[in-house]
Amino acid sequence: MSAVDLSPTLSHAVATRFARRRLLSLGIPALVLAYLVYAAISFDLAGLAGRARMDNASVLLSDFWLHKTHVTRQNRTGALSVAIDGEAKGTYPADRLPDWIAHDDQVTTIDLGDGHQVTYLPGGARYDVPGYGVIDIRESADGLQLTAPQPLPDWINASDTRVSVTTDAGRFAYTRAKAETFKYQPGWAMFFFALDSPFHYMSWPQIAASALWGDRVDPSMPNIAAMARDFWNNPMWRHGDVIWAMFETVLMAFLGTFGAALIALPLGFMAARNMMPFGPLRFALRRVFDFIRGVDGLIWTIVLARAFGPGPMTGSLAIMLTDTGSFGKMFSEAFENIDEKQVEGIRSTGANGLQRARFGVLPQVMPVLLSQVLYFLESNTRGATVIGAIVGGGIGLLLTQAIQTQKDWEDVAYYMVLIVLTVMAMDSLSGWLRSKLIRGE
Amino acid sequence: MPDSAIPATPRPDMAATSHAYFELLRRRRLYGGILLILFVALMVSGFRLAESRNAGGFIDGLPMLLAFPAEVVAEAWEKRAALPGIFIEHFPSLIETLNIAAVSTLLGGIAAMILALLSTRGLARWPRLTGLFRRLMDMFRAIPEIVIALLLIYILGGGPVPAVIAISLHTAGALGKLFSEAAENADRKPVEGLSSVGATWSQQMWLGVIPQVAPNWLSYALLRFEINVRASAILGFVGEGGIGYDLKIAMQWGMGRYDQVVGIFLLLFMAIVLIDRLSDHLRNRLVKG
Repeated sequence: MSAVDLSPTLSHAVATRFARRRLLSLGIPALVLAYLVYAAISFDLAGLAGRARMDNASVLLSDFWLHKTHVTRQNRTGALSVAIDGEAKGTYPADRLPDWIAHDDQVTTIDLGDGHQVTYLPGGARYDVPGYGVIDIRESADGLQLTAPQPLPDWINASDTRVSVTTDAGRFAYTRAKAETFKYQPGWAMFFFALDSPFHYMSWPQIAASALWGDRVDPSMPNIAAMARDFWNNPMWRHGDVIWAMFETVLMAFLGTFGAALIALPLGFMAARNMMPFGPLRFALRRVFDFIRGVDGLIWTIVLARAFGPGPMTGSLAIMLTDTGSFGKMFSEAFENIDEKQVEGIRSTGANGLQRARFGVLPQVMPVLLSQVLYFLESNTRGATVIGAIVGGGIGLLLTQAIQTQKDWEDVAYYMVLIVLTVMAMDSLSGWLRSKLIRGE
Repeated sequence: MPDSAIPATPRPDMAATSHAYFELLRRRRLYGGILLILFVALMVSGFRLAESRNAGGFIDGLPMLLAFPAEVVAEAWEKRAALPGIFIEHFPSLIETLNIAAVSTLLGGIAAMILALLSTRGLARWPRLTGLFRRLMDMFRAIPEIVIALLLIYILGGGPVPAVIAISLHTAGALGKLFSEAAENADRKPVEGLSSVGATWSQQMWLGVIPQVAPNWLSYALLRFEINVRASAILGFVGEGGIGYDLKIAMQWGMGRYDQVVGIFLLLFMAIVLIDRLSDHLRNRLVKG
C-alpha cells in the first residue's frame, strides 16, 4: 500500500484551507476590479472622451520637436517679414533670409518642400499643390477671387475676405491685409545660436573652424568665448536662466536634505529608547516627528512661502522641515536597532556618553543613515520641481509658466529633458555613493 | 624528528605594524576632516546663495513665520462652530483625493508587478530585454508627476484623470524597482518545479514567485499609497481636483475664509495620520507574519 493514510480531521483542515485560498485568489481580483469600476464612474471616465482635446494633443506633440516659420507680407505696403514662431526676437534680418525663400521687389517665392510652392505676387498669390493643381488668388474690388480646380477639397477654406489652405507641408492664409505662410521644420530652432549671433549663419564645420583658427568675429574676445556668450545669452531659449533654475532646484534638494539630516541626527538620538532615558522628552519628540510628517510638505511650503517670500531658500526650508520629521523617525529606529555589545565594549573602557555615541553607535548606523539620506536626496530632486512650482523658484516655476502660456511647448520639452537627465544623474550618483558606503570604503 | 626541521616563524614587527596603523588612522581622520570642512562650506555657501536669490531674507522672515498661522488659527477659532460643517462640505474632495491615490497605487502596482518580473534576472520572460525594461522604469521614476499632470490637463481638461495617470506612471517606476529587488531574492525552486511540469511563464510567476514575494510587495505598495496620498493632495493644489484644489481656492480668498483653510487642513492632516497609522500596523503584520 503506497497511499498515505490521512486522518479525517487533517484532510478536512487541508481541504478547508484550499477552499479558502481559492476563494481568496478569486475574491481579491474581483474586489479590485469592482473598486476600479466604481472609481471609473466617480471620475466620470465616460465623459472624458467628450472633454479630451485631441487637437491640443497633436499641437503639443508636433510643437515638441517642430518649429514653424512665419512668412508674412503686409499687402498694403508690400513689406515682408520672416520670423520663427512669429516672434520679434526670431525675426530674420532682411538681408539674411533662409535659402528656401526667394525674394525680389515684386515677387516672393516660398519653397515648402515636396514640390509645394507658394508665390506672393503683386495683388495676389499662388499656391502650387502637387497632385492637385494651382490655387490662384487675385484681389478685386468685390473681394478675393479664387481660381482652383473644382470641387474645392475640405482643406481649402474660402470666403470673400479670407482664403486659407492647410496641407501636410504647411499652412497658407490670404486676407486683404496680409498674406501669411507657415513652414514647419523639424528641430528646435535657434537652440544654440539666435539670429542676432553671427554663428547662427554658419554650418557645424564652419563653427568648429572659426572656433579653432578663424578670424575673430568680435575683436574683444576669442571666438570660442563669443560662442559661449551667445549660447548663454540666447534670447529665445535663455539657456543661462534655465541652467540657473535647474541649479537652484538641485540646490534646494541638497540644502533641504542635508540640513534635515543634520537637525534630525541629535533629535533622533534623543528619541531613541536606548539612548534617552528620560521618557517624556522621547514621547514629545516622537509626537513632534509625527506632527511634522502628518502636516505634509504642501502645508509647510505654503506657510513658509508666506514668511520668506518666493525663492529657492523657501523651497529648501520646506524640504528641510518635511524631511526632519521623516529622518527623525527613521534615525531613532536605526538607533534602537543597534548592537548593544559594541556600546558595552566602549563603556568598559570608561568612555562617557558622548564618546560612546561617537565610537560605539555612529560607526554602526552611519552607512544605514547615509544611504537613507542619499535615497531622499534623489527623490527630493524630483520633489523640488513641484515645490518650486508652488513657491516660485527653480525649474518648477519656469515649467509651470511655460505650460500655462500654452504655446511654448518646445520650451516645455526642453525643461522636461533637462529635469529627467538631472534626476537620472542624481539617481546614479546616489546609487554609486550608496553602494560604496554599503560595501565599505 | 629533530625540532630544527620546523622553520621558526618570524616574530611580527609590532612597532612597524602599530606605526602603519596609526599612520592609516591619521590619514583617515585627515580625509574625514577635509570632507567635513568641504561639506560645511558647501552647505553655508549654498544657503547664502539660496538666500540671496530669495524674495525675503531668512532673518527678516523668521518673526513672520508664526504670524500667518497665528492669524489663520485666530480667525478659525472665532468661527469654530462652523468647523463640522466645513468638514462635511469638503469630505467629498477628500474622498476624491484618496480615490486618486488608491487607483493610481493599484494601476501603478499592477504595471510594476509586470515590469518587475520582466526585468528581474533569472525570471524574465525575455532575458535580453531586462535592460530595456529597467531603463523604462528609470524613465517613469525620473519624470516628475507634475510635468505629466500639467501636460495631460492641457489635453484632457481638468479632473482627476490626469493626476491618476501621472501618479500611476511614477508609481510603476518606483514600485517596479523595489518589486524587482524583492523578486531577485525569491527562491527559484518552485519556479523550476513548475517549469518541469510544463507551466507557462505567467503560470510560473503567478504560482511560483508571487506567493513568495506577496507580503513584501504588499508592504511596499502600502508605503507607496501613503506617499501617493500626499502626492495627490499636492497635484490637486497645482492642477485641479481633490482637496488640494479646495485648499488653494480657500487660500486665494484670503482673510475671512481662513476657517475654510483650517477645516480643510485638519481634514487632510487627520486623513494622513490615520492612513499612516493603519498602513504602519498592516505592514508590521505583513512583515512579521
